[in-house]
Amino acid sequence: MSENTERPASPTQLDELESQSIYILREAYHHFKNLCMLWSIGKDSTVMLWLARKAFFGHVPFPLVHIDTSFKIPAMIEYRDQLARDWNLNMVVGQNTQALADGMNHTKGRLTCCAALKTEALKHTLSGEWARKRMNDQGVYVPDWNQEPYTGVIVGARADEEGSRSKERYFSPRDENNDWDIADQPPELWNQFKTDFAPGTHVRVHPLLDWTEVNIWEYIDRENIPIIDLYFDKGEGTRYRSLGCGPCTGCVQSKATTPAEIVRELMTITTAERAGRAQDQEDPHAMEKLRRDGYM
Amino acid sequence: MSAAPVITYDREQMNIVIVGHVDHGKSTLVGRLLADTDSLFEGHEAKIRAICERQGKEFEYAFLLDALSEEQEQGITIDAARCFFKTEKRDYIIIDAPGHIEFLKNMVTGAARAEAAVLLIDAHEGVQENSRRHGFLLSMLGVDQVIVAVNKMDLVDYDQTTFDRIETEYRSFLSEIGVTPQCFVPISARDGDFVADPTKTMAWYSGPTVLQAVDAFEKEPPKENQMLRMPVQDVYRFNAQGDQRRIVAGRVETGSLRVGDRVVFTPSNKTSTIESIESFNTPVASAAHAGQSVGITLAEQIYVRRGDLMSHVDALPQVSTMIRANIFWLGRESMTPGKRYKLKLGTTSVNVVIEEVVSVLDASELDSDTNKSQVNRHDVAEIILRTRNPIAFDRTQEVEHTGRFVIVDGYDIAGGGIIRDVVEDAEAALRSETRQREFRWVKGLVTLADREARSGHQAGLVLFSGDAGTGKALLAKHLERRLFNQGIGSYLLDGTNVLLGVDHEELAVAEREETREKLIRHYGEVAHLFIDSGQIVISTTNTIGLAEHQTIATLIAPAEMVSVHICPHHDQAPLNTDLVLAVIEDVEADVDRIMALLQERGFVPALQSTDD
Repeated sequence: MSENTERPASPTQLDELESQSIYILREAYHHFKNLCMLWSIGKDSTVMLWLARKAFFGHVPFPLVHIDTSFKIPAMIEYRDQLARDWNLNMVVGQNTQALADGMNHTKGRLTCCAALKTEALKHTLSGEWARKRMNDQGVYVPDWNQEPYTGVIVGARADEEGSRSKERYFSPRDENNDWDIADQPPELWNQFKTDFAPGTHVRVHPLLDWTEVNIWEYIDRENIPIIDLYFDKGEGTRYRSLGCGPCTGCVQSKATTPAEIVRELMTITTAERAGRAQDQEDPHAMEKLRRDGYM
Repeated sequence: MSAAPVITYDREQMNIVIVGHVDHGKSTLVGRLLADTDSLFEGHEAKIRAICERQGKEFEYAFLLDALSEEQEQGITIDAARCFFKTEKRDYIIIDAPGHIEFLKNMVTGAARAEAAVLLIDAHEGVQENSRRHGFLLSMLGVDQVIVAVNKMDLVDYDQTTFDRIETEYRSFLSEIGVTPQCFVPISARDGDFVADPTKTMAWYSGPTVLQAVDAFEKEPPKENQMLRMPVQDVYRFNAQGDQRRIVAGRVETGSLRVGDRVVFTPSNKTSTIESIESFNTPVASAAHAGQSVGITLAEQIYVRRGDLMSHVDALPQVSTMIRANIFWLGRESMTPGKRYKLKLGTTSVNVVIEEVVSVLDASELDSDTNKSQVNRHDVAEIILRTRNPIAFDRTQEVEHTGRFVIVDGYDIAGGGIIRDVVEDAEAALRSETRQREFRWVKGLVTLADREARSGHQAGLVLFSGDAGTGKALLAKHLERRLFNQGIGSYLLDGTNVLLGVDHEELAVAEREETREKLIRHYGEVAHLFIDSGQIVISTTNTIGLAEHQTIATLIAPAEMVSVHICPHHDQAPLNTDLVLAVIEDVEADVDRIMALLQERGFVPALQSTDD
């Protein structure tokens, strides 16, 4: 991009997507007193975190919540804490410590494991029923003093990921039981969102709904976002395309080492992004079921 | 650009919606479009075909989209899905809107995001109720570019006469609502005839395929040549992070702004100059244009807040409490006069009531009924709305973005509307005078915002009303004392004192109507001076009747007013009262309640201040 152009060329697709996401983030920040952003450390929510810095002029004025299943690839945790320090983030971590103590892992059934370590952990972390940990000034995780439920939760879901996500609203209500009533979603038009809600309910906010996987990588390239390097080939001819827990996430064959190379690769690829995510293959409606129960 | 191997990410994107009556084949068309443009992921079609086989039903292209388990079981689309596909020309987000009347709100949600639409009609069933209703809603939602696909031509033996009849009938309906379709395309979505490829089935047809017609839609030109409109989303000060900037954030909906521009914020009428355009990780910019989410800083510190509409001084938006609008209603409960709703327009949110239901239109027949007194679910109506406070807006035909709104009933968006006209309310003339006063006011080097920043509280008016003998004068005096004791600048301005001083020669004829009007003007102007000096003015005067509250509020604008009415029965209180008190028994307790209200409205800081 050239500097000091008085009139830039008409806005590009990425400009439009960025502007809309920023608008949504600012609406969320205005309307929800207890707002948080879910950060999975993956490319989408990292782009979303970057968009928050754009929206709030370098600041991120709400906590970032990460659900740690304990099975995450170790490099993800290192990267998370490094960025949290570098960018002065308010980092909060939740975990289903009871299920882990009882020995939960993917061998008990992938969907059972996801339900316990992700969905349940998320639900109780958001509601404040389970203890949260917060990174302090020294970069150490300590018990979080704030046990208030989050009423607004910003999530990096994209409509092109899979069927049930394609039906989401930008502002999507969840009831007292965390349920998503897909058949009766509120109307949403002209950038007026659902921002009034009954006590006990909360709203999920989706700033990335209109972005595709290609858009995400184009933007990472354009903005030079420091994305975790698990997405790039380190000489072995494989890389991760979607990040999750170690045991359930597979690599794809690829020699891409930069975001631009990934963009070129995606232009010709025909397999689904989540093809490497084992839990999706368990049941044709696996994702819809998980998401109705609160999975992101 | 140079020859460097840089990918330029500048593909065009367009959102289109597929609408039409239930079962006319919308999802099938979208499924077919995706399949024929190779936009499906490897194995997706095979996976769905396998599920169909397992469940013993015939595969349909619609299943590729109707992703929800309920949708596949019932064979209908419940909610609009977004699908992504691309042609040589550009990238598309295609929105498959449900056609069932029960899911009209989902259709509206889908269509409101679209720049262009494909209206689908079943050749066998012809024009149906929702073919018309959807056409009408598209025009209200501002979707101007439309093509019509006549589907299931295979069921009518690819008959040209049937196609022509439908085209004639539907064209005539659409022309009544001002919609001119770009073309009619005969198709069979199931078999793929004229979806992506012309086939030999209809040799009599020489027009474009659906895909060609969609590629022929034109991208809306940028709105930067229109008048500047930027609704203020928020004002940010991240002081705790060591950031001293005070940034006014919002999206430039139309027009352009430049550093050095003189701008005005409506309805508060405050003016200032743009000092800088702020952003993160971009080069310093001296201008911003329609579509950009930006932040600006102002040269003079004025009190700006969410809901203000920023424009240039020579191209102001409308201001009123009364508007004439066309609305569509989606709420389960009818919209009824007298009930309070919330109106959201841009970033403004204000209480609103229906003043009048002018006419209700059956959107599927275009019959209008002028005797209905309420607006039922799925009705389209022309109504007059009255907002509690003046709002800034435009007529939708002048600036689309600031001429449309939604109505919230309880917790939910229940309707949407477009503003056709301004209805002059009683304050229209006065408001325009006050606007001019604000622009011409001779300002010193100390602004009201400076004064408020030093005193730590906002200036404004507390207006007491109620019959004589209810004890409001006593209450007002105690309130003044309480504010004073807390170090807050306050002044009891009784109407009598203004009469005695400013209007001394007119005291004898104070009862005469034209004089009364003048007195109220004088009172308002004196109050305005005190407020401009940073005080909270407390008024108890009986000279000001309830009807004049709006006049006073207009005169002291952009400062705010809190009204307290004292009466034994709540139902006697005027509509816009902030606090209603019964006959006073415990003065200090009532002062507590008023103080709480002043804290809530941000006039005075909360006593237990938080640590930021």
